[in-house]
Amino acid sequence: MDYVIEMRNIRKEFPGIVANDNITLQVKKGEIHALLGENGAGKSTLMNVLFGLYQPEEGEIFVKGKKVTANDPNVANDLGIGMVHQHFMLVEKFTVTENIILGKEPTRGGRVDIKSAANEIKKLSDQYGLSVDPHAKIEDISVGMQQRVEILKTLYRGADILIFDEPTAVLTPQEISELMQIMKKLVREGKSIILITHKLKEIMQVCDRCTVIRRGKGIGTVNVADTDPDKLAAMMVGREVNFKVAKTDSVPKETVLEIKDLVVEDARKVNVVNGLNLEVRAGEIVGIAGVDGNGQTELLEAITGLAKVSSGKIMLNGRDITKLSPRKVTESGLGHIPQDRHKHGLVLNFTIGENMALQTYYQSPYSKAGILNYKTIYEKAKSLIQEFDVRTPSEFTPARALSGGNQQKAIIAREVDRSPDFLIAAQPTRGLDVGAIEFIHSKLIQERDKGKAVLLVSFELDEIMNVSDRIAVIYEGKIVAIVNPKETNEQELGLLMAGGKKEKVGGFQ
Amino acid sequence: MNLLKGRLFSILIPVISVVLALIIGGIVMLASGYQPILAYTSLFEGIFGNSYNIGETVRQMTPLILAGLAVAFAFRAGLFNIGVEGQVLVGWLASVYVGVSFDLPKIIHLPFAIVTAAVAGALWGVIPGFLKARFKVHEVITTIMMNYIALYMTNAIIRAYMLAPGERTKDVKPTASLASDFLQTITDGSRLHYGIIVALICSVIMWFILWKTTMGYELRAVGFNQHASRYAGMNVSKNIILSMAISGAFAGIAGAMEGLGTYGYMMINAAFTGVGFDGIAVSLIGANNAIGIIIGAALFGGLKIGASNMSSVAFVPIELVDIIIALIIFFIASSYIIHWLSNRVNKGGKL
Repeated sequence: MDYVIEMRNIRKEFPGIVANDNITLQVKKGEIHALLGENGAGKSTLMNVLFGLYQPEEGEIFVKGKKVTANDPNVANDLGIGMVHQHFMLVEKFTVTENIILGKEPTRGGRVDIKSAANEIKKLSDQYGLSVDPHAKIEDISVGMQQRVEILKTLYRGADILIFDEPTAVLTPQEISELMQIMKKLVREGKSIILITHKLKEIMQVCDRCTVIRRGKGIGTVNVADTDPDKLAAMMVGREVNFKVAKTDSVPKETVLEIKDLVVEDARKVNVVNGLNLEVRAGEIVGIAGVDGNGQTELLEAITGLAKVSSGKIMLNGRDITKLSPRKVTESGLGHIPQDRHKHGLVLNFTIGENMALQTYYQSPYSKAGILNYKTIYEKAKSLIQEFDVRTPSEFTPARALSGGNQQKAIIAREVDRSPDFLIAAQPTRGLDVGAIEFIHSKLIQERDKGKAVLLVSFELDEIMNVSDRIAVIYEGKIVAIVNPKETNEQELGLLMAGGKKEKVGGFQ
Repeated sequence: MNLLKGRLFSILIPVISVVLALIIGGIVMLASGYQPILAYTSLFEGIFGNSYNIGETVRQMTPLILAGLAVAFAFRAGLFNIGVEGQVLVGWLASVYVGVSFDLPKIIHLPFAIVTAAVAGALWGVIPGFLKARFKVHEVITTIMMNYIALYMTNAIIRAYMLAPGERTKDVKPTASLASDFLQTITDGSRLHYGIIVALICSVIMWFILWKTTMGYELRAVGFNQHASRYAGMNVSKNIILSMAISGAFAGIAGAMEGLGTYGYMMINAAFTGVGFDGIAVSLIGANNAIGIIIGAALFGGLKIGASNMSSVAFVPIELVDIIIALIIFFIASSYIIHWLSNRVNKGGKL
């Protein structure tokens, strides 16, 4: 059998851990091959080995039948391997063409020959159905388009093996299905693709075969046609996983959060939240669905007291919190799992114990008259660590040393433990693996069942549909529709998120 | 690899740096035709050789400890206070002013003079702190400028209002003096004064504030991650200003050590004293913690005092001693870079 890429029995060690342990990856020409594994399973390490960034301790690599030994990243380029990164590497102020030729500029008579480059890019774009305008500026095009520029970049450099690293994390549902089409087209034209992901649905949709890694070990390779999401998930985590979140119907009671005609400006003086109305009642989870950048961040900052409100009103438990400071809002009964856990959720250099006291350190019994009571702080942390199953060597470990999932559990423990009436969960499962996602969803539902109001903001439609009791679609700073998750589907939501109108009247605000 | 991690590593860095600096210093001396062994023995004797030298070393340590505390305290809150030098100068002048102008019993006069110095230093630190918190003006720029303002302002005030013969102020009254006959006698007539006690108390205060109080918890949180601190409801601006105030207060007390202890007056300074800048190095050697700073100050103070012996016995020029001190800092700074790099590689490895 001919493989375009064959990595045999790769072993890569780092001090204290074996990141790759006897992993074999064989990619056939013209297939889409999924590389599936939880976060930290060793997918990125394996790809870095392939790219020559790391030298493996054991194992062999063959590209197109030829043994590769050099440890120079340029070799990968020369062999026709290209990577479409999760975080785009583009210069915002440059045009598409300028970005693509960057570092490999064609010259004529000492000057950069933009014109012929643009023509070539146009040709490539047409060939693969990417419909990218070579003269558009990066800052003016959508995220989905930017990703296509990244794809073009690898094609322009002559890649015939493309690696996609979690490509759908930043896309809308429509953009995702378009990307799937593009990937299929690429393999029809003779390219081979490795798709790094932990989303099972995508694998089922486009991939031919799938290699699973768990905790650094190669678990095996399966034909996608012969398997199903349940089996794949079990291979990935090593046990049965519940996808459908088990929950009863909600029993909403009184209104806890009420937002009226809210307007928030961003730094450029643009009204990013523009007349937004929303209600969250006790005992329900309201999910906010929307494409990134439609005012979600600013809405949350306004509620939590971090951003100034231009006009409108925010009521929590019947109390006006529009102008209160973050601490006063928190004390009025808000719990907040922030979007970016490293930037906003944790002080990474603090210990887990110190982090768990971040909202309560100034209160009794954690401190008295300005003197901290570390004994109580760490005792509390210890019990929270047990209750929320935070995997950490001890409560004295710096937060930095924990995995993403356990950091998130620590934040949730801190916020939920104060038993706030209103809980904001912003992207609570971003970048987490199936096991941690399951845990976090069940915690959110547990809070709901205790009669708390929960506001869930997420870019993952699956999460919104599974966890929410009501879905509020946000578009250009307004809630444009409220839908019942049982009566909607991804297509309808995707359309609403892109500013389309709902066909049935009703549910509008 | 694992050996170079954690606590052990942070202790090893300064030790290895000092050894490397001494070796390279020795090579430089050999190359320039001096005898390194003789030079280092005379350096050592110059520091510990007799009670006078020990007394002078401890005296030299005193303001360095306080300056180091000042730099470290601001650093813990994420600020780089280069203005310790200027805060030392205004503290010095304030202490001398109180020492010269008031007639009070010692039990009030001395603490009053020290507290005034602390307040003066604090005010000098608050200005850049406020500019940073309110207008996001970078503290490095403002504190450097505040140093020059302090230098020329103190000189002008002495010249205009407090001038005594000898281009300096009058001596502070005995009731405001830190000088101690007892300490001078047991150290064979050195200028050792009670200031070392003040410096050690301040070290304990710094440790206590940072690690035992909610204020220190907030300051450290702000220093590590302003965003998360703001999320947690802390007032970041208040904390920035507060940390600069406390930092400035330590620096002001360092000035009082000179004004009420070593000299007993303030002279018109042609240039910066260097205490504040040495404080940056001391806090770097001491890894921003109280005990480390005391050790760093001892090293610095010792080298400064021992240097004169090194030049008089082994005829090594004083400049060479300064080069060795600079080498020590250089090696510490570059080993932090190594530490940082190895951290990055480790992190990259985990993925």
